[in-house]
Amino acid sequence: MIELKNVQVNVADFSLQQINLAVAKGTYTVILGPTGAGKTVLLESIAGLHSIREGEMILDGKNVTDTVPEERGVSIVYQDYTLFPHLTVKENIIFGLKVRHVAQSKIIEQLEWICGIFEVEPLLKRLPSTLSGGERQRVALARALITGPEILLLDEPLSALDAESREEMYAQLKDIHRKLNTTTLHVTHDFEEAMSLADNIVVINQGKIAQIGKPSEIFYHPASDFVARFTMARNIFEGKITGQVKNEKIFKTDSIKLYAVSDKSTAQYAVIRAEMVQLTIEKPVSVPNVFRGSVKSIIDKGANILITVDCPPLFECLLPRRQFETISPNIGQQVYLSFPASSVHLI
Amino acid sequence: MEYWQKFARTAGNNFKRHRLLVLFSVFSLLILLFILVPLFKMVFLSNKEALWQAVRDTTVLKSIWLTLYAALITAAIGFVLGVPLAYILARHNFPLKGVVEGLIDLPIVVPHTAAGIALLFVFGRNYLLGKWFNAIGINFVDALAGIIIAMLFVSVPFLINSAKDGFRKVDVRLENVARTLGASPWQVFRRVTFPLARRSILSGTLMMWARGISEFGAVIILTYFPMVTSILIYQRFESYGLTQAVPVAAILVIVCALIFIGFRYILQREKKHD
Repeated sequence: MIELKNVQVNVADFSLQQINLAVAKGTYTVILGPTGAGKTVLLESIAGLHSIREGEMILDGKNVTDTVPEERGVSIVYQDYTLFPHLTVKENIIFGLKVRHVAQSKIIEQLEWICGIFEVEPLLKRLPSTLSGGERQRVALARALITGPEILLLDEPLSALDAESREEMYAQLKDIHRKLNTTTLHVTHDFEEAMSLADNIVVINQGKIAQIGKPSEIFYHPASDFVARFTMARNIFEGKITGQVKNEKIFKTDSIKLYAVSDKSTAQYAVIRAEMVQLTIEKPVSVPNVFRGSVKSIIDKGANILITVDCPPLFECLLPRRQFETISPNIGQQVYLSFPASSVHLI
Repeated sequence: MEYWQKFARTAGNNFKRHRLLVLFSVFSLLILLFILVPLFKMVFLSNKEALWQAVRDTTVLKSIWLTLYAALITAAIGFVLGVPLAYILARHNFPLKGVVEGLIDLPIVVPHTAAGIALLFVFGRNYLLGKWFNAIGINFVDALAGIIIAMLFVSVPFLINSAKDGFRKVDVRLENVARTLGASPWQVFRRVTFPLARRSILSGTLMMWARGISEFGAVIILTYFPMVTSILIYQRFESYGLTQAVPVAAILVIVCALIFIGFRYILQREKKHD
């Protein structure tokens, strides 16, 4: 269990503020945020590499606010794996045991165990400069985990890989986490990566926590317009609640009226994920939110097609390829957009 | 005919493609000749008889030996005191850091005779540090210790700057990873930072040693006797003229060339090995 209470950290011109975070033992938490949000500083602070200016950090019930990194039991793996270039793979992996003066027999035992997990046995004699990206990553993980840390910190571990190996690594990381059950904090700016891996997601922006929640909560119920934008919700409208019909709130913007299922009495934004918007040629019946407009642009994103419809306002709608091909709308064509009240999230 | 046309065209193309390289090579050759011709001329055109005599002259040999090992001790002292400073400059920011870095280069800028005089005002028998050291039997005027501080003053910037650049090139995150793996700051330095910056540090130490060997101005102010080779050459030139000075100079050049080409070769080989 990691607990950060009101933590403030200053590094050069950047500061983390009011960080309150509790991570349960054995969970996989993804810290998600744009470049420069302070994700790496947060990880390094948990590792003890920056001094905590205010607040405190508790690790398994022990206050470690001022504990030096070497005594925390927290391992970090950076984006480009930062293997020691002057040491062989074997020397890299056993580095943590050597500096702790672990007995030679124990080192051999641990090395065999970790080689079994990461399949790095054939690489042991090589220098890091001769390894491929995937191999480097396995060695970096083996080095980080051989000491049996309480917490594993991963700083953008997949961003150096191509799309295909990245998907492979999702599965591998999950697998390793299942085997070792090490509490893991994984930093990324990639929303998809976060969705694929996380038990919990912490969204961070400009040094502050923007939202903490399960992936589905972040996905469907963003806590702010920033989170909605960052998770690619796409349709975000400013306005206010003006009334209620049965259990549905009426949310008015300058140009449209939306029906939303919400227990909020005031709201500033309505968010409708582009995936939740249906596109039809015929006018749909018995759906509360229906808009007519002309197709303004069609962007092929491979598996999905992003269509912008001018109603006005502009709506974005993400259709799976097969569905798009059945409808096959053209630019300028009049279409209907619809979505249920439960798909409108009010902030 | 066709063959020659082809040849001419290829040659023309090659020239177009490599013309910058050709131009740079011409300039490179000029500066290399400028460095080498005077030294070669002095060594190879000096009177063989006189050279042979100088090789057997114990004053000359003693002087060369003194120069080499005084500069070596200097480099060792510079290493112990300069490497920590280089590390701090590479890794930490503090107020007036720019000023400190500028001050380190000062010994390179000031005339070395001025440096010698400045040292005399601190390490001379009648001055503060000179008095203290005198009390424990170390004297800086006309003594080995004087040669060493004169060499240290003018040569340590080379080591500090080179080591600083070496440390800067070591990714801080490698140190971070080592810390989280359980290494103490000292272990991190010894096992990660130092080995990775080693080549720059060694090369800086070598430069420092070389600079020590060649020092004249600062040494002559503090210590005329025992005579380092640069002073011996000067003394022979003043007393007996060129004919006596050239063989000593030639021997020093030969010895230095052997040592430094040897070291460069070793450093280069290490680079390939990495």
